[in-house]
Amino acid sequence: MKLNSNIPEGPLADKWTNYRGKMNLVAPNNKRRIDIIVVGTGLAGASAAATLAELGYNVSAFTFHDSPRRAHSIAAQGGINAAKNYQNDGDSVYRLFYDTIKGGDYRSREANVHRLAEASRSIIDQCVAQGVPFAREYGGLLANRSFGGVQVSRTFYARGQTGQQLLLGAYQALSRQIATGNVKMYNRHEMLDLVMVDGKARGIIARNLLTGKLERHAAHCVVLATGGYGNVFYLSTNAMGSNVTAGWRAVKRGALMANPCYTQIHPTCIPVSGEYQSKLTLMSESLRNDGRVWVPKNMDDVMAIREGRKTGNDIPEEDRDYYLERRYPAFGNLVPRDVASRAAKTACDEGRGVNQTGLAVFLDFAAAIERYGKAEAHTQGLHNPDKGTITRLGEEVVKAKYGNLFQMYEKITGENPYKLPMKIYPAVHYTMGGLWVDYNLETNVPGLFCLGEANFSDHGANRLGASALMQGLADGYFVIPYTIGQFLSKEIRTPKISSDLPEFEAAENATKERVEKLINIKGNQSVESFHRRLGKIMWEYCGMSRNAEGLKKGRQMIRELRAEFWRDVFVPGTADEFNPELEKACRVADFLELGEVMMVDALDRNESCGGHFREEYRSEEGEAARNDADYTYVAAWEWNDEQPILHKEELVFENVELKTRSYK
Amino acid sequence: MSWFGSFLKSSIGQKIIMSLTGLFLIQFLAVHLIGNLQLLANDGGQQFNLYAKFMTTNPVIKTVSYLLYASILLHAVQGLWLWSRNKAAKGGKYAVMAKESSTYASRNMGWLGIIILVFIILHLWQFWFQMKMGWLEMKTYDGVEVKNLYAPVAYAFKQWWYVLIYVLAMGVIGLHLHHGFQSAFQTLGLNHKKYTPLIKFLGTAYAILVPLGFALIPIIFFLFR
Amino acid sequence: MKLNLKVWRQRSNNDKGAFATYQVEANEHMSFLEMLDVLNEQLIAKKETPVAFEHDCREGICGACSMVINGRPHGPQQGTTTCQLHMRAFEDGDTIFIEPFRARAFPVVKDLVVDRSGFDRIIQSGGFVSVNTGQAQDGNAIPIEKDLAGEAFDAATCIGCGACVAACPNGAAMLFTSAKVTHLGLLPQGKVEHSKRVLSMVKAMDEEGFGMCSNVGACSVECPKEISLENIARMNRDYIGASLASDKTV
Repeated sequence: MKLNSNIPEGPLADKWTNYRGKMNLVAPNNKRRIDIIVVGTGLAGASAAATLAELGYNVSAFTFHDSPRRAHSIAAQGGINAAKNYQNDGDSVYRLFYDTIKGGDYRSREANVHRLAEASRSIIDQCVAQGVPFAREYGGLLANRSFGGVQVSRTFYARGQTGQQLLLGAYQALSRQIATGNVKMYNRHEMLDLVMVDGKARGIIARNLLTGKLERHAAHCVVLATGGYGNVFYLSTNAMGSNVTAGWRAVKRGALMANPCYTQIHPTCIPVSGEYQSKLTLMSESLRNDGRVWVPKNMDDVMAIREGRKTGNDIPEEDRDYYLERRYPAFGNLVPRDVASRAAKTACDEGRGVNQTGLAVFLDFAAAIERYGKAEAHTQGLHNPDKGTITRLGEEVVKAKYGNLFQMYEKITGENPYKLPMKIYPAVHYTMGGLWVDYNLETNVPGLFCLGEANFSDHGANRLGASALMQGLADGYFVIPYTIGQFLSKEIRTPKISSDLPEFEAAENATKERVEKLINIKGNQSVESFHRRLGKIMWEYCGMSRNAEGLKKGRQMIRELRAEFWRDVFVPGTADEFNPELEKACRVADFLELGEVMMVDALDRNESCGGHFREEYRSEEGEAARNDADYTYVAAWEWNDEQPILHKEELVFENVELKTRSYK
Repeated sequence: MSWFGSFLKSSIGQKIIMSLTGLFLIQFLAVHLIGNLQLLANDGGQQFNLYAKFMTTNPVIKTVSYLLYASILLHAVQGLWLWSRNKAAKGGKYAVMAKESSTYASRNMGWLGIIILVFIILHLWQFWFQMKMGWLEMKTYDGVEVKNLYAPVAYAFKQWWYVLIYVLAMGVIGLHLHHGFQSAFQTLGLNHKKYTPLIKFLGTAYAILVPLGFALIPIIFFLFR
Repeated sequence: MKLNLKVWRQRSNNDKGAFATYQVEANEHMSFLEMLDVLNEQLIAKKETPVAFEHDCREGICGACSMVINGRPHGPQQGTTTCQLHMRAFEDGDTIFIEPFRARAFPVVKDLVVDRSGFDRIIQSGGFVSVNTGQAQDGNAIPIEKDLAGEAFDAATCIGCGACVAACPNGAAMLFTSAKVTHLGLLPQGKVEHSKRVLSMVKAMDEEGFGMCSNVGACSVECPKEISLENIARMNRDYIGASLASDKTV
């Protein structure tokens, strides 16, 4: 299969403008007759559904949640990037483009990323107009802050709840279209199959989660905006319901899964506390601005801390190893996410982890509290303040900056982070991989589009902070409404697609069979237990660092686990009722296949880049070593039970020079 | 439906009826208390009886009193109707009652209101009805003939059970006022960072002082007259 | 720690429902939902039907969790959703009552899961700014006072969980509705259609069968985002203004 990225001709900066100017359009009278299905109502899905409906298309939108407002976009804390240059600090579209390409370790498409940077500016305007309460300066203008990996302040934010506010903006825009009748909203509906008619995506089979009834929905095209698949690791910062099923069903119908091994592991999460743990909680990256990361130098101290005989405070300064500051003096505690995560893993692999499980490092604010305390005392005109006063004043400053995060930490761990150093550990956070799409965000299946985290397109091998929200909204508000016309302009003579077509019947029957099969196994192990086991395999062999031997072993273990699942899983209840266990079973079944492809992809990529670190491929100092000569391609996988088939899209860099990232 | 009708029928409109009638009744309590305090004049009821005559004959006061009857009726009927509608909207009770999240009075305005309504009926029957039906003996002060309302009041305030009922009823009114006072302002949208604490303080003070004032009179009568 | 759970079991909205008693061995580091996961694994091991409860992000922001713990929506901790509530808030040997959010406008779907789609319909009636994609002017074209933006944010922080309705003895949705009315009404972008919005949203709220506000205040106390009662007063005020002083009707 030849993968055509359909990147328009011309200079990078003009591609999108010129392309838009010459694109095929669908006339208003024809839009009214065209049906579009949008699956997923997070940032990308809700913004796409709303915008397409505003343009006049008939949209049907689907979410498995009880309301579109619950999508996991809502949990994004930090902010959204935009090349507005409001701070006059030299930001530009090109600089955002360049930072994103570099941050992605040169594994993304130039043209897509440049378009993303261009759209970023309109996103802020659009969101402000919708009433998103972004943070403001005293003069009433928009405030910015800076994020990891960049040298400008371009991140717009709404306290620590930017994702929530942006999602509510998109949800409200969607609600407005639901009220006009342009969008028919299907809550508590989960897509379980893609229906293809004459080689084009023409509908879906969705399960009504309340009644269990399988429904056929037909349309001229299908848009997937179904988020990331980080939950294949079981423990992640994703929501419990986040899943790969919609995308994976498309893969089973011929779509390609691109770069599935690129997983972002976020360095500052609250560590696992026990076997019962169901999910991991992120502590915003901003904490690394003031927190110092360390582990004890001596094993005696490590053991004393683990056994509760000592706390972090008891370890004298000279016995602490501030390993990020030691290894990366230039960036110190502010190295990019992938680097910080791997360094934490190294420290814990050496046996120096500081909790009972041995999988935690300290993030210490004592120095910051003292520094801020002294400064504050000085401001208040206190000379020779005592230690208690300094600490009190310093804690107040830290509270003003990170109060909600400290509170969240205390709620979860029961420890007071003002008094004791925080314990943190990396956790799966975001998946850069996803369905392969071309410049139009269309997959290799004609009429099937994919947006947001669910596609692979913009972040390469590593995503920069505050860029996920940007991509979701760019795709939904400003890309798909144009590019979908390239496909639909050829469909204006296609009459309404009938859901009575034999293809729909066949897909419904296949889904029905599959669901009933799961129910009828009546084995002895819960769905949850399989998911946990899968997660452990993925984390062990395809997690923060990977090697060929482990990946082969992991792949074999997943195949065995999958066989065991289909032999011995127990799904209580029936298929024709509200049955959350059955929903979970359908999702885990798909994760069990995806996990294998991730291993295969990681094994294929004999280099270390971004979120993919192969132990065999590192520099003399132990840093990730890319192999641009052989691996500057997108690996798009076609499903095959025996051996997934690789299709390559070569990445062409005409505007940036490929360099080694260095943070020393 | 006309715009005004739909305003009144809306949940907020309905609450505004409660709020306005409530505020009217709240101010009436103060007026009533001023009248009652004249019972303490220790003049055999002269001042009180003259006051009672004034209140029942002055045309302005008479007009206002019709407004008062209407307010009581509207507040009670509307209150009961909202209470039952709200109970239906709740649809069920929890097994455990959470007491921390709200005050006793705010949760029980309906019950408190019913008790107050019963008390008002009793109260009207005992005094107001007698006054209106002319079953009272007449007294003459300086050539002015008035009904001796003081006599049945003084008699009732000597009965321990009546004093007890009266004092308890004042307690109930106090609770009802404690929530009702600031609630009336909230319903009208009068909530402000600067003024609400004052309204709450005044509400609490009013809810304590006014019923206390009422309750003291029968207690003084019972103990000292 | 050993816990004695009284969990509301109800097969569907037509079913009557009753408490069932379960014993669970938990530890203090578990979140409340992880404790329920343990219970469900126990039930599944015995081939019984697990307890259905709604949950998703488990970090206090999606608003999916919908249970009442010992009479309090989201349990005993102030400003905390059920998923953020940890078992250290309880003691060994405690009996814990777990029920669904109760309100006529939130019919039970199953066990602890309720249907909160009424909230969506309230938003659909006017909880938005009518601006199409692409029409917007520059984000900095209209300055907004910092504190005003902060106040709008405080209202916008609502997670739509429905704890306010669940806590209200009247099953009223005033805190939810007023939070959205306030969020949009305070901002210049939302002011344009404010009168129409407040009229439509109150009407939609009434039509959903929510009860009427009697200013009990439990909504705000139980709100995991601690949204203030001032929002309700503001909506009352704006509703009176829009009804009596504007030329708008709905």
